[in-house]
Amino acid sequence: MTAALSNENLAVMTVLTPFAGALLIPLFRRSPNLRETVTLVTAGTLCLLTIGLLGPVLDGARPEMQILRVVPGLDLAFKVEPLGMLFALVAASLWVVNSIYSIGYMRANDEPRQTTFYVCFAVALGSTIGIAFAKNLFTLFLFYEALTLSTYPLVTHKRNEEAVRAGRLYLLLLLGTSLLLLLPAIIATWAIAGTLDFTPGGILAGKAGVPVIAVLLALYVFGIGKAAVMPLHFWLPAAMVAPTPVSALLHAVAVVKAGVFTVVKVAVFVFGVDNLSSLGQSAWLTAVAGTTVIAASIVALRQDNLKRRLAYSTISQLSYVVLGVAILAPISLTGAAMHIAAHAFSKITLFFAAGSIYTAAHLTEVSQLDGIGRRMPWTMAAFTIGALGMIGIPPTAGFLGKWFILTGAMQTANWLAVSVIIVSTLLNAGYFLPIVFRAFFREPPDDGHGPAHGEAPWPMVLALTTTAAGSMLMFFLPGIPYALATLMMGR
Amino acid sequence: MNAVWPHLPILQVVVPLIGAVLAGFLRRAGPAFAVALAVSWLMPLIAGAMLWQVLASGPISYHIGSWPPPWGIEYRVDVLGGFMLLLVSTVGAVIMPFARRSVAFEVEDGQQAWFYCMYLLCLTGLLGIVTTGDAFNAFVFLEVSSLSTYVLVALGRDRRALLAAFQYLIMGTIGATFYIIGVGLLYLLTGSLNMADIAARLGPEWAGHSRAIVAALAFITVGVSLKLALFPLHAWLPNAYAYAPSWVTAFLSATATKVAIYLLVRFFFSIFGVAIDFRELPVTDIVIALSIAAMFVASVIAVFQTDLKRMLAYSSVAQIGYITLGIGLANQAGLTGGLVHIVNHALMKAALFLAAGAIFFRIGTVRLSDLAGIGRKMPLTMTAFTVACFGLVGTPGTSGFISKWFLVLGALDKGWWVPVFLIVGSSLIALVYVGRVLEVVWLREPSAAIANASDPPLSMLLPLVVLAAATIYFGLDTQWTAGIAGTAVKNLLGGLR
Repeated sequence: MTAALSNENLAVMTVLTPFAGALLIPLFRRSPNLRETVTLVTAGTLCLLTIGLLGPVLDGARPEMQILRVVPGLDLAFKVEPLGMLFALVAASLWVVNSIYSIGYMRANDEPRQTTFYVCFAVALGSTIGIAFAKNLFTLFLFYEALTLSTYPLVTHKRNEEAVRAGRLYLLLLLGTSLLLLLPAIIATWAIAGTLDFTPGGILAGKAGVPVIAVLLALYVFGIGKAAVMPLHFWLPAAMVAPTPVSALLHAVAVVKAGVFTVVKVAVFVFGVDNLSSLGQSAWLTAVAGTTVIAASIVALRQDNLKRRLAYSTISQLSYVVLGVAILAPISLTGAAMHIAAHAFSKITLFFAAGSIYTAAHLTEVSQLDGIGRRMPWTMAAFTIGALGMIGIPPTAGFLGKWFILTGAMQTANWLAVSVIIVSTLLNAGYFLPIVFRAFFREPPDDGHGPAHGEAPWPMVLALTTTAAGSMLMFFLPGIPYALATLMMGR
Repeated sequence: MNAVWPHLPILQVVVPLIGAVLAGFLRRAGPAFAVALAVSWLMPLIAGAMLWQVLASGPISYHIGSWPPPWGIEYRVDVLGGFMLLLVSTVGAVIMPFARRSVAFEVEDGQQAWFYCMYLLCLTGLLGIVTTGDAFNAFVFLEVSSLSTYVLVALGRDRRALLAAFQYLIMGTIGATFYIIGVGLLYLLTGSLNMADIAARLGPEWAGHSRAIVAALAFITVGVSLKLALFPLHAWLPNAYAYAPSWVTAFLSATATKVAIYLLVRFFFSIFGVAIDFRELPVTDIVIALSIAAMFVASVIAVFQTDLKRMLAYSSVAQIGYITLGIGLANQAGLTGGLVHIVNHALMKAALFLAAGAIFFRIGTVRLSDLAGIGRKMPLTMTAFTVACFGLVGTPGTSGFISKWFLVLGALDKGWWVPVFLIVGSSLIALVYVGRVLEVVWLREPSAAIANASDPPLSMLLPLVVLAAATIYFGLDTQWTAGIAGTAVKNLLGGLR
């Protein structure tokens, strides 16, 4: 084996790359062009490295590496398995696109403190990859908290009263739930199972009875605040005060997906799907996830602020993943994993579009968007594709995830889940299609002094068309995500 | 070297004592500081050598004047003792360079040599308490350290420092009196002052029969608890910490209360625990209840402080609660958590108080409202401060997480779910009071008053950065903290009845 580029080293390099980027970025703070180049090169390198890992993982390699032993049995260690690979791939590829978009957005809006912005962004991405590749709950928890802390300066980027207050809520809810619920759950898992390593079949399988498992599962589901299961979802709409690239990549992809990713990971590798199923844990989790899906959609219907509407839509879509877990059928878990990827591409497109509208036209409310599709055809076309992805209409990837989750619900005769999916699809259509309708079929307001504007700067348009295309491409060529999502259950 | 080697226990105590006299005679600040620095840097070498020896070949027993125990005074260093000696002396060595400028700024010129003299006396006392194996000798050292501490607190420029020192003097003296009454009762019962001898002479048959032994336990527990500021006996601490010179606060928070905690552990696990099963007495329940109360009440009070040093002081009371909780749990994981937190809290709190000292050195105030935006003016100082804050909250990757890990495991071992959530719940309150400061420091616009502030000189910055780095290091590599603490706990619990 060539030591230089074994899969193990590749995996560690992948995790380290964004952190290295974060160290380099401040060195170039005097020259924005160089600084952004560092970000782009880091993102590109990360993307290539994850793609480099993809082949071996699909071929069955599971590279793992122990970095250090904190307490005997408590290791900082990485292991690349298919689900983590899928998550890392999504995050890394979207970071490239998002960096291009960020440059356009941050410069066009003349944002202050851009160096801090890019540094925190890189640290957040590194933490995300750390979560994706974590071999055990401790490593995952470490990067989970690092992700919260590194995104805090991004949420409070504007430094005004609203941003500071949102940051307070963000930190209190995310750190609070993780310290108060997730941490005891992890330590209890350690006390019961004697290990924290993610193991197919679950480390708690057969080690504890119904009451303990139910309590632990509840601690995990609500302790993973990033999954934004109601009633612990308030931080997400509040976090929307951040600049749009943050909302787009972090609060539609990295942070929230880290949450549901952790939920899937815990269900499959800590509890074990069969174990949960035989202990009858499906019903209440379905109810919790279903309530969040429906309730968040209803709230989204009533939001006039575009980003807030998107945020509530995210809350609803995240619980689809939790729902996919709650159904506890292998096919619905595949669907959950697919949905992580599919929703990422669609939702980032929607946020990109929102940011693009804000940058070009300085509009933030849905009611202001009459006729904007004529001035910003690319943006709104991409928005439409993203919206179709949310509703789950072909030819977008959103269809696939929903399809698998629905199939699983049918298989297990979980009629509550089936009806939740159907109702929420209608609700999704109810709050996305009117925006599309407004944008393309209503006359623009003719108030005489409306500033003429065209499309947003080209890097932003490039980014949002790329992600929209990606979401369609995933529908036609679902091979890689599907393969990873089905592989995750085995071994 | 061979001539020195067997005498390390006494050197650990005598060298700072001689240093104190020397510093007092030198009268000038510079030379006195040089003596203090040399002694401080020598101490960890001695402590490290002894710990190494203890880990390799068991406890060291040193007979003063070659009088064998129980007649003569025995100095006895075991794993726990070596661990504590290394902690106290290392903290002193690391933060000593900070003292020169900080003390020059905060203490009047004529008194600076006395300051270093008192510091060395205090160090003598603290190291002596840990080294000695004699209950009465421990009292002597307790008073040596306490009396010098009163002076150190009183040297603060703020006139309220005098009142704080007086308050501390009263409370500390009550504590010492209680302690000596307890020791006197033990002497009446056993006719011995040597700790190991007392334990051997007290038999299990005493447990049910003698009220005197329960009284002795009660007096000693209360007396030492006053010194270690166990809630609700903490009233002296916030004022003393707030008005003492910044460097003194950092030193005391990292060492004085910690050594008192050591003494409590020693009496619980090496004397009463060996003689009788103290777990059958209500004392552990009381300690646990008070610890949890400390964790919550003091944390909540900390949230409402407007002065950074006071806030950190209340935070200390809360964090001491974590340590005593580990003592109360009295099982392998719990006590390990308590002992580990002695180290972890010492390092992070020293970092925090040094940061407060650095701020005071630059802008002459540590009121929260004056600190708006100081993160941008003193970025390195405040980064170190922030790291230590994360340690207080116990985020993973910091040493605070390790402490919490063991404490929660200790509670789970007993099947106590409620304390589990209380432990993590109180760290949430820590997040609130820490978050309040961090928000002001990083997110507010700097005011005109701090326009000229900048990071302090290297001699002040370096200790701060080292301590903050240690907070992270001991969150990732625990063989020196949890590893040794685990061994010490095994020895302590192994001897229990």
